[in-house]
Order: sequence, then structure tokens, then C-alpha cells
Amino acid sequence: MDAIDLIGGAPLGMAARPLVEDAEGRKKKRREGKGRHVDPLALEEVRALLGDEPRRRDLLVEHLHKIQDRYHCISAPHLVALAEEMRLSVAEVFEVASFYHHFDVLKDGAAQAAAITVRVCDGLPCEMAGARNLLALLRNGGYGADVRIVTAPCVGRCESAPVALVQRNAIGHATVAGVDEAIEKKALAPSLPPYTTYQAYLRQGGYQTLKDCVAGKRTVADVVATMEHSGLRGLGGAGFPAGRKWKIVSAEAAPRLMAVNIDEGEPGTFKDRYYLERDPHRFFEGMLIAAWAVGIAEIYVYLRDEYAHVREILAGELAALQANPPIELPPIHVRRGAGAYICGEESAMIESIEGKKGMPRLRPPYVAQVGLFGRPTLEHNMETLYWVREILERGADWFSSHGRNGRKGLRSFSVSGRVNKPGVHLAPAGITVRELIDEYAGGMLPGHAFYGYFPGGASGGILPASLGEVPLDFDTLNSYGSFIGSAAIIVLSDKDSAKGAALNMLRFFRDESCGQCTPCRVGTAKAVALMERDAWDKPLLDDLSSVMIDASICGLGQAAPNPYLTALRYFPQEFT
Amino acid sequence: MAVTFVLDGKAMAAREGETILQAADREGVEIPRLCYKEGYRPDGNCRVCMVEIEGERVLAPSCCRRPTEGMKVSSATDRARASQRMVAELLLSDMPKGGKSPYRSESELDHWAARLGVGVPRYPPRHQPHPDLSHPAMSVNLDACIQCGRCVRACREEQVNDVIGYAWRGDHAKIVFDLDDPMGASTCVACGECVQACPTGALMPANHVGLIEPDKKVDSACPYCGVGCLLTYNVKDNAILYVEGRNGPSNHSRLCVKGRFGFDYVHHPNRLTKPMMRKAGVAKSEELVDPDDMWSLFREATWEEALDAAAAGLRKIREAHGPQGLAGFGSAKGSNEEAYLFQKLVRTGFGTNNVDHCTRLCHASSVAALLEDIGSGAVSNQVSDVAHADVAIVIGANPTVNHPVAATFMKNAAKAGTKLIVIDPRRSDLSRHATYFLQFRSDTDVALLNSMMNVIIVEGLANEAFIRDRTENYEALKANVAEYAPEKIAPVCGIPAETIRAVARLYATAKAAMIFWGMGISQHIHGTDNARCLISLALLAGQIGRPGTGLHPLRGQNNVQGASDVGLVPMLYPDYQRVDNDDVRRKFEAFWNMPLDPKPGLTVTEIMGAAYDGVIRGMYIMGENPAMSDPNVAHARAAMVKMEHLVVQDIFFTETAGYADVILPASAFPEKTGTYTNTDRRVQLGRRALDPPGNARQDLWIIQEIARRMGLDWNYAGPAEVFEEIRKATPSMGGITWKRLEREGSCTYPLEREDDPGEPIVFIEDFPRPGGRGLFRPAKYSHADELPDSDFPFVFITGRQLEHWHTGSMTRRASVLDALEPDPVISIHPDDLAVLGVEPGGVIALESRRGSLTAYARADRGMQRGTLFMPFVYNEAAANLLTNDAIDPYGKIPEFKFCAVKLSRGKKVAEALL
Repeated sequence: MDAIDLIGGAPLGMAARPLVEDAEGRKKKRREGKGRHVDPLALEEVRALLGDEPRRRDLLVEHLHKIQDRYHCISAPHLVALAEEMRLSVAEVFEVASFYHHFDVLKDGAAQAAAITVRVCDGLPCEMAGARNLLALLRNGGYGADVRIVTAPCVGRCESAPVALVQRNAIGHATVAGVDEAIEKKALAPSLPPYTTYQAYLRQGGYQTLKDCVAGKRTVADVVATMEHSGLRGLGGAGFPAGRKWKIVSAEAAPRLMAVNIDEGEPGTFKDRYYLERDPHRFFEGMLIAAWAVGIAEIYVYLRDEYAHVREILAGELAALQANPPIELPPIHVRRGAGAYICGEESAMIESIEGKKGMPRLRPPYVAQVGLFGRPTLEHNMETLYWVREILERGADWFSSHGRNGRKGLRSFSVSGRVNKPGVHLAPAGITVRELIDEYAGGMLPGHAFYGYFPGGASGGILPASLGEVPLDFDTLNSYGSFIGSAAIIVLSDKDSAKGAALNMLRFFRDESCGQCTPCRVGTAKAVALMERDAWDKPLLDDLSSVMIDASICGLGQAAPNPYLTALRYFPQEFT
Repeated sequence: MAVTFVLDGKAMAAREGETILQAADREGVEIPRLCYKEGYRPDGNCRVCMVEIEGERVLAPSCCRRPTEGMKVSSATDRARASQRMVAELLLSDMPKGGKSPYRSESELDHWAARLGVGVPRYPPRHQPHPDLSHPAMSVNLDACIQCGRCVRACREEQVNDVIGYAWRGDHAKIVFDLDDPMGASTCVACGECVQACPTGALMPANHVGLIEPDKKVDSACPYCGVGCLLTYNVKDNAILYVEGRNGPSNHSRLCVKGRFGFDYVHHPNRLTKPMMRKAGVAKSEELVDPDDMWSLFREATWEEALDAAAAGLRKIREAHGPQGLAGFGSAKGSNEEAYLFQKLVRTGFGTNNVDHCTRLCHASSVAALLEDIGSGAVSNQVSDVAHADVAIVIGANPTVNHPVAATFMKNAAKAGTKLIVIDPRRSDLSRHATYFLQFRSDTDVALLNSMMNVIIVEGLANEAFIRDRTENYEALKANVAEYAPEKIAPVCGIPAETIRAVARLYATAKAAMIFWGMGISQHIHGTDNARCLISLALLAGQIGRPGTGLHPLRGQNNVQGASDVGLVPMLYPDYQRVDNDDVRRKFEAFWNMPLDPKPGLTVTEIMGAAYDGVIRGMYIMGENPAMSDPNVAHARAAMVKMEHLVVQDIFFTETAGYADVILPASAFPEKTGTYTNTDRRVQLGRRALDPPGNARQDLWIIQEIARRMGLDWNYAGPAEVFEEIRKATPSMGGITWKRLEREGSCTYPLEREDDPGEPIVFIEDFPRPGGRGLFRPAKYSHADELPDSDFPFVFITGRQLEHWHTGSMTRRASVLDALEPDPVISIHPDDLAVLGVEPGGVIALESRRGSLTAYARADRGMQRGTLFMPFVYNEAAANLLTNDAIDPYGKIPEFKFCAVKLSRGKKVAEALL
């Protein structure tokens, strides 16, 4: 009771505090009503940016991008104006804007936004390639207020680590000189690689399979059967059989929607980018065949914002496709992520497409039943759809004829780290990491000895060199407390430590946790705090992992302990 | 469908839609929970309620998961308990000092951590945020926040105020107000739902009241508006500590800022605590008397002395000038029992029907139209019925301000798909939730509504069967509205013809459509015509007599419905029985055992006129404040100066008390027990929680003592006994017993027999008029009494504001409410202000043909150019000095919503007299 301080001796329960005269507050009340009010100029600016576009709620993230792109930040007056224009509350707009890394919410009195933002990737492959050093040099580079240097979680270019993004221009094997040059030359836009255009794709026989489907030359039943028979599984990481998914969603009530996940964000993963930079229509065709087979009313394609060049490619090629469609196309919307790893989680992505924060939904109900806008939704990773055409044209057996060590199919491995030829390597499922390094990745870098590897990005944990002979595929790593996920192989050498790598990954999870559930929000933060100590407290970390694995809402929290659990399990020498 | 499942080895049935947690609660199996709050949407984020389900890879949140047939669930296995404990431990590790909440003695986290056997948390603490103490009513201590999001759901989904968000992400994720602004600088309307929802005390009423153990909790009702929220007073040492919302049928545990934080007026030092009499030789003057100066004009008296003097003065006038020299104003803030006894006193003790109350100033015109056209003045459907409406029109009402909790149900409905059509000259917060917002020109209601009816008829959308079977005089209506084609009316009301068409179609073709209205409809000299149009609209489309349809005039005062029901009006006895009907009169003469005046009495505005003219010489005013609330209030003040004898009964030295000869100190709402009837026709029980201060007395006792001195042999033991008599005088409430009220707290009438359930929806079969049909009463578009001109170019609208009640006698003495809205402000479009060359917040002067004032200019883009709005609550700038006392010919209601003023730069705002 003695904690109670009755200010001014007011009777219990009375508001004593306000009676202390608040002159400024009182003047504010005389001036205007509660809270912030719309600045007419900001409202005009927002209206001009939005033009005739609908003010629907699901376009909130898109509209925030317009403001960010134009002003390099999102100021408080613009947020208030956007809320007014979209008839949303200020809090709703703010919580969405503040959720995504790529929106720079500028509170009152904050310095003006920098004209140029340099993002230095601090993902593990980049860190191993010297990103910290690069960052330190850039931060001391004396760029002035016009240039802002920040870190970014994995930007999906691990084969050319370290990577810096000067605005939207990605610079591989980045150096201070390279960054300086881009800034000086104002080379801020993405450069487009050569790729197969719509016309070229058509010349190569593209879209014939789709046309055959629509023309009735193939039946839905046959196509679905082929997909099932091929054994193609979801290549985003969860590995759900693609053909079965088509069947399940087909059985749900129309209208059914489709959502394509190109929010490739698992550290070390860059395969989707690799394919889209080369052959975007192969993906579109697979997507449209799936849409045809499942009876999809509308398609939403969700692309991570880091892939600005892919966005340009997709936008241009989609326009070409729509201008001269091979079949009657369903409406196709390309939506832009805004810097949030969690939006690669299927239900978080749906939330984001709906214009909200990327917070995963609880299941049941499953996305196939109640998904985007409450409708049954077929959700696929981009690469899964990328293989559809080839499987249909070459037959289910073609795909399953590949494989090694008793496994079937092909996998696109994103290989990075201490190897001579990092990159996307299409290899048989079931290949071992040693085989992959030697046969595909050109062996270990000179002076580096194979020490361990992440078989599935951050989530799959770290395995030691002694487990270098385990076949890499869905299900083969479970007994080792690991999984292949998106097949992002980060190779560590004797110059690296599992402990350090695990900490890098846990920091990533902490920063990327959506903050919704206790085990993940608090758990990742506590794990980092414990791991930053010299000696790791194994009992505390173990207890933490059990609640994270058992009680987190989504895969992020459930998998987040894997790096430290596997580090403790397989690299005991680092902890003595 | 119910399913059978197994929980912790015990087979149990889950009801349809029930979660594992709800079934467990029902069966007495304890599962911890933090983010779950009964009545709220379960969110499943805290993960302390995790259970193991056989065959599933991970644990499941029991608050969200519904059992399926045969499911095997375990809440107490080692695995489930380990997760539950770890969640509690992790949250505990982030509490200040790693443990018990310093803000609330009954923290739910502390409770569950103890139940789960979690000791001192082992994990390193987070970096803690600073407290936010910017709000007068609430403290924000996010160091005790467990991010369960209950406050977000409270603010966004329950109250739909949309101030609280959950921003940023990961371990930076944070509860924010607007743009992460201090709570006190945000759009927070201080409904306090978040405080009620917070499990740890991170959000709490200010002043650490959460750590004090109350002596008692008293279930009662809210003293403010007509919504009729039920609440619980937490009392310590005869003072209210804090208030909690109770699960009443009209509020579902919700409250607004007044109900939750506006209670400490009862403890204000200005409370009248002893009877007072005007000092000999002190003359009355039109100037308001400062309560600080009251003892220079008045002296203390004993109760005997004061009551004798009060009655003697009244008797003297009755004897010298006859009963018509007397009048009484009862109060819509008093109970049904007080209102009933008051009107009975005036009718039987004074011998006149000159008894009225503030219903005259609020819905008299609505009631006149309703009685005329459908035979009953009460609402046809309750507010919460809006959930069943596909379309709801809200016209001339600002419910987020004046009926905040009712507004939450409208906003809930809008979120669930009900299309709102908001029609008002001012843009209100509700308009953001509206499918259509028609910011029409003030004074053009009849034109707009007739035009909507024109569309409905012309486009063949009228409900012919309903018109044929249940209405009369349709042809006259049809002929009348034929002249109101949308193209013709669009320039009149400022709404495009296509919009008029669209809303007319929407209303007429909805499966169920409801109409709510407020004083924007009623307070015009064409208020009765405005209401007639709304009634015709409902009849025309057949939108009445079913769930989600009907007519709902939102009642203002907490008991304005009840006061009217029990006859506190000059032309009606209890239950709307006319005094000029001989049969009725004879019935009441027999019932009250007294001859009665056969002539309807004068209304509020007429009484003041008669007093000014010297016809009314003596008055008894209980709980009303005409010196602030009357139109052209200088005239009313002058009238009171002229009065020979004025008895004022109140809890404060009000502006009206300054004109009194005798002042009787009365009891505040929480100090007495009685019944109150809300806008939904719900009769509800308010229970005494406190003793009145000093020598203040129960109002019922005071009325009775006056009555005895006026020659009436009354001996009512208390409110229950008075209520018994009301039941007999008011057949529609005849089945409500005091016992049932004590048991249920709330009964909806009509409820004629004791076993009736009450009728939430009326007019299902017919209307209570001769012949049972609803009457179409055509109305022609007419203008306000005083239109703007070159001398007085601005339209002046008066009304209320969220934090203040009526004339402010209570709310300006409620510390939180006063802190939130301390000064008189005039809402004005910033462009008008710019023309005047005054900055927002500057002082402007207003002048009408009747008076002038100065106040602060509040910029408001929701105002139309050329239109001003001002609340009538501030005695230092009394809006009613400007208003026009022209009245509606039927309802006798003044035109508070329209007069002409001119505007200039002002110098200084006067000091408040409080």
C-alpha cells in the first residue's frame, strides 16, 4: 500500500494527475479535437499518388509502397492522410506500416529521409564473406545525410556474397568501391538480366500444354494424376504433395483463389529468383495449368520486395501475356512484399496480400478451406509451379526417374558458403552434401576444409561434416533434428564456428518473428540473450526450445531453436 | 452439433461452437489462459492454454480449438504443463522486477503463474519501456504488458474506437495508440474498455486504484445517458474507487468515458449538504451566482424550516392565485419512482397539470409524431437489434458522442456487414463506418426524406402489401411526395440526386432496415414533421415489426423514457393516457382519490413564458437546470427572477439554484435505489452504493415531505412501494415486480403479466391505434424559424459532447471529464476561421438576436462552411443565450438545432462558475 502516492491528496479513485495544469494540452483541446488531424496538403499528396486506384483495405501495403517510393519514407502526416483516404483508423495503418522493414515510418521531428538507402545483407553467407567488415567501412564512409547505411536480412543473392543493395540496385561481391560507384553514378535501379521473353517462350513451344489443357486435349483427372504420380512436392519447404493439394482445393466450394508464394526469404535460398530471372513464363504456364485444373477464379502472386528486378520482369511479361493471351486468363494480381521473412509463411502471406501485418493464422481452418479473403485457396511456392509444364510434357516418370541414394526427383539446391561454385544447382534428390560440393559446387574453397552445413537454410539447423553422407531430401534428415526445407545449403568450413552461425540465425529469427505468440516473440529474444553469453546455459535453452517447438503458432517459432539445438548436439567441441 | 470428446481422461460433451477451453470451464477442468477473455474473439496468441491432442504433432490452443468427435485432449500431461509453465515463466521474466504486477493486485499472470507453480523466472529480462502517464484517467505501464492483445480487441473489435494497435514486430512489437502517440495525445475516447480487458494492469485507471481492495461491490446502472449501461461500483470508505462495466443487456460490459470515469462528481466539495434559504432582503438578479458566493445570498436552514418554507410558499400561491399559478419540473435523471411521485404531487397536491421535464427539450416532437402515427412513443426495436439489420439509417444523431455504447453496437454491425447510412449536417466519427454518409444541409430533413420516399414510390419499391394491410392515408402521402423528385431536391439539401436514389433503394430493398434518430431530427420547429417522415419511410417500405427493422429515437437522459412513461408530462398520465380524456381522468381520480385538473398543463417552454408573464408564480424544480438548458436562456433567467417562490432540489448549487428561495440538498444517483427505463424500454435497477454527504436527503423522502406539507397524506416506505403503485397505474409495466428487478436487474416492457418475458420488438401484428393501422401523415418542407441573413450569416447548432452531460452540473465536477474537456469551444470549419483571421484555438465572439458569448474556436473539417456547433454545457459561454425559443407546434420543442448568428474576433473567455 505504501507504493500508492496520492498526488495532491485527491480522494481515492479521482484523477489527481490531470488536475496538474497541462497548459499545452489545454491549448491543443481548444485548437482541435482529439488526436492527429489530417493535413490538407498531405492529403492532396496522397490522393495524387493513389490516383484512381481503389481504396480497398487489401491495397494498404501497395499504397504504402507508393508513398515510400515517392518520399523515401512514410511521414506521420502521410500516414494520417492515407488512413483518412482509405477510411481506416490511424492505428491500423500505422501497425501495418511499422511491421514491414521496407517502410521507413518517420515520426514527428525525425530527420528527413535519406535519398539513398544502402542495405548490407547480414545473412550468414554474407557475414561469412565479410559483410560485417563492409558494413563497418560503409558506416565510416562519411556519406552524409543523403545516404543511409542499414543492414538487411538475407536478400537472396548468397551466391555473390557479400551483397549490398544501393536502393534497388543489387551489387554482388560488394566492396566499398562498388557501392561508391553506384552512389556516384546514381545507379539505383535494378539491372535486368537476359531472360526468355513471351515471344521467345512461345517460339520454344511454350503455352502449348496449357492450351491443350484448356482445349480438352488433356483432362483435369489426367493432369492431376500425372502430378501425383510424379511425386512433386511443395518446394517452398513444407513438401506437401502438389497433386494432392490440387485435389483438396478442387473439392472446396467456388470461388477458389490461388496465391503464389515468391517471398523466398529463408536465409541461403535464392532458387526462385534464379528461375524467374531466366524463364518467367515457365512459371506462368505452370500457374495457369494449376489454376485451370483446380478451377481458380483469381490469382495473387506475392513477390518479395527485395527482388525489384524480378518484379520488373514479371510485370512486363505479365502485361505481354495479358495483351495476347494464349487462353482466357483469370485475373492475375502481382502483390509486393515489403520486407518480412514471415510473409513466406503461407497464412502470413495471405494476411499480407489482404493488406495487413504478416501474422500467421491459427490452423485449423487450413488455407485450402479458408484462405485468402476467406475463400478456399491453392497456395504454391513458385518453383513447384515452375516444374508443372515439364512434368506434363515429359511425363511423371521423367521427374521421378531422377534421384540418388534411393530418393526420387530433382531438387534445386541453393548452394552458398565456402565452395568454389556457389549458385543454384539442379541435382538429384537424395544427393549427399559431399557429392553436391564435389560434383556441382566445384569443391571447397582453397584453404577451407568442410566443417558443417545448413541443409535447409536457417530453419533446418546445422549438421556436422560427419553427417556429410546423409541423403538430402524431404524426410531424410528428421532423425538428425534437421530438415531440408527449401534446400538452401550453406557450407561451413574450419574457418567458421557453429556457435557463431547459430547466433547469426537466431538473431535473424528474433528480428523476423512477427511478435504474435509468446513462445516465438519472447523465446527468440531470450535465446539470443542467452547465446550472446560466452557460456550457453543448456538447460535454459532446452526448456526454451521445448515451448517454442510445441507451442509456437507457426513454423518460424517451431523451427527457430534448430540452429542452437543442432550446434549443441553436433559441435560439442565449441562449448568446452 | 454437440460432440463428445475426452478431456484429461474424462468423456464430456461440447456444445455447438464451443471450444475446448469453454467446455473445460463448464466441466470444471481448469486450464490456464491469458489472452482469452470471455465475450471477446479468442486470439490464441499467449499459448498458455496449450493442450495435447492425440495424434497431433504440436500442442493446440484450447481457447481457439473446437473439439471434434472422439478427440482425446490432455491439459495436464507433462508436455502440456511444460509449455504452459514456460509461457508463464517467459512472460513473468519480462515483468518489472521479474515478478508480481506492481499495478494490479489481481494480475491474471500472477494468478496463473502461481497455479502452475512457476517461481522466480530464470530468463534475462527485456529492456523495459517508460510509463505513459499522459492521460488523466488511465496509466499505461507497458513494462507489465504481456502483448496478449486483449486491449486491441477491446478497442478495435468491442468498442470499435480503433485507437489501439499492435505495431512493429518481433520483440519490438508494442501496444500503441494511433501513431505510437502518448495515450493522452491520441484519439482515445477513454471508454476504458482496454483497462477492463488488461489482465496484468499494464493499462489501469490512474492513481493505482487497482492495488486497493474495495469494501464492497455494488451492482447498479449508469447515471448518464439513455443507453442504460449496467455497471458495478467498487466502493471503499463511502467513496467510489472505480467503476466496472457489467454484462447488462444494453451494454455487454461496455461503458463510455462518462460511465467509467465520470463518477467522482458525487464526491465534489461543491455538493450541497444542508438545506438553504434565501437571506431576507436579498433580491434576485439575472446574473448567474458563483457557487463560491452562495453563502452571501443564502443561509443554512434546518430541514423542518426549509421544507415548511418551501411548502408554505407554494400553498400561499395556490390559495391566492389558484393551482394554475404553480408548476413543477421533474427530472429525467431521477428514478421512475421519483418521477411518478413528482407528477402525482403536482397533479394532486398543486392541483394542476403544469408538470413537465426535459423530454420537452429532446424528443417531444418525436413522441408527438409516434403517438399520432403509430400509437406509441417508445422505440419499436432495441439498439442491439441493429445486428439483425442489413441496413441502418442514423439520422440527426451523433451516437459515438451522445450514446457511445449504443454506437459500439452499430459499429459492430457495420463491421459484420450491416450497411450504415449516416445522414447529418456534421461529419461524425460514425461516418467512417458508413456505406453512405450524407452531409446534407441543416434544416432540410423533410425535403430529403420526402425525396427518398418519392424514389421508393416512383421506382415501385414500396411495400404494397404492408401498405394495404397495415396503414392508412397512403394516397395523401403519395400525392405529397410526388413533388419531391431527387433532381429537384438535390440542390435544396446538397445531396446528389443519385445518392438520394441509392440510399432510398438500399433502405427499401433491404431484408431488414432500421432507423435511428436523435435530436438533429427532433429539435426543430418542424421536428414533428421530421419524425413523421421517418415513420412514413418505415411504413412505406414495411420496415417495422420484424427483427432488425423499426424506429428507434435514441433517448437522451438515463430515465427520459421512464419519466415520460410514468406521466411526468403535462398532457399525459402514466402510460400515455391523456389527461383530457374524461374516462381516463375519472380512472385516475379514483386511483389517486382526488379530483384532477381536466385541462392539459403547460410545457417547459410555455411555463417559462407564463412565469415571465407573471401567470406562473411559484415552482418546484427537481434536478432540472432551466437557467442553462432553456432556449433563449436570458429570457428563462428573467422569468425565474420574476417568480415569487422557487424551490430547487438538487445535488449542486446549479445556475438555477441561484434564483431559488429554498434549496433542498438531494442525493446523487449512486446514493439511492430506484428504477430507470432506458432507450430500449428496459426497466433497470440502480442500487444505492454510497451514503449521501452531510445532511443531504433521499429525493423520494423530500418529495414526500413536500407533499405532506401540501396536504397529502403520503406514507411510502421506499422505492419498492412506489414501484408497486406505478405497476398499477402503468399497465404496460404491470407485470414487472420489484423482486424480479432485484433478481434480473433489467426487464423489457411491454410486460403486462408477471410471467411475461417482455417484448423487445413491438408492432409485429398491428399498431396501438384505433383500427390498428399506422398513419401516413404527409409533411411539407418548411424552414427554420430564423434563417441566416446578411446580419447574422452563420447557422448555429447546439448539442452535446462526449465528456459532458447536459448542463454540466455533474460532468464539469467530474475531475477526469473536466480535465478532458475543460473549456468552451465552438466547432468551425478552418476555412471560415481563416477568413476571420483567427487561428485555431483563438477566441471568437458569437452574437444572435438574443444574446452573445465568447469561446475558443476549434477547427473541425467535419463542419460545413457557414455552420457552427457548440455544446450547451458551459456557463461561462452558455450556448443557449443565443438559441431561438421558437417551438414546434405539436411537440412544443424549441429549435436548438438552428438559429442565425454572427461571428467576430473575441477578446477573452469568461471564467467558469463552478
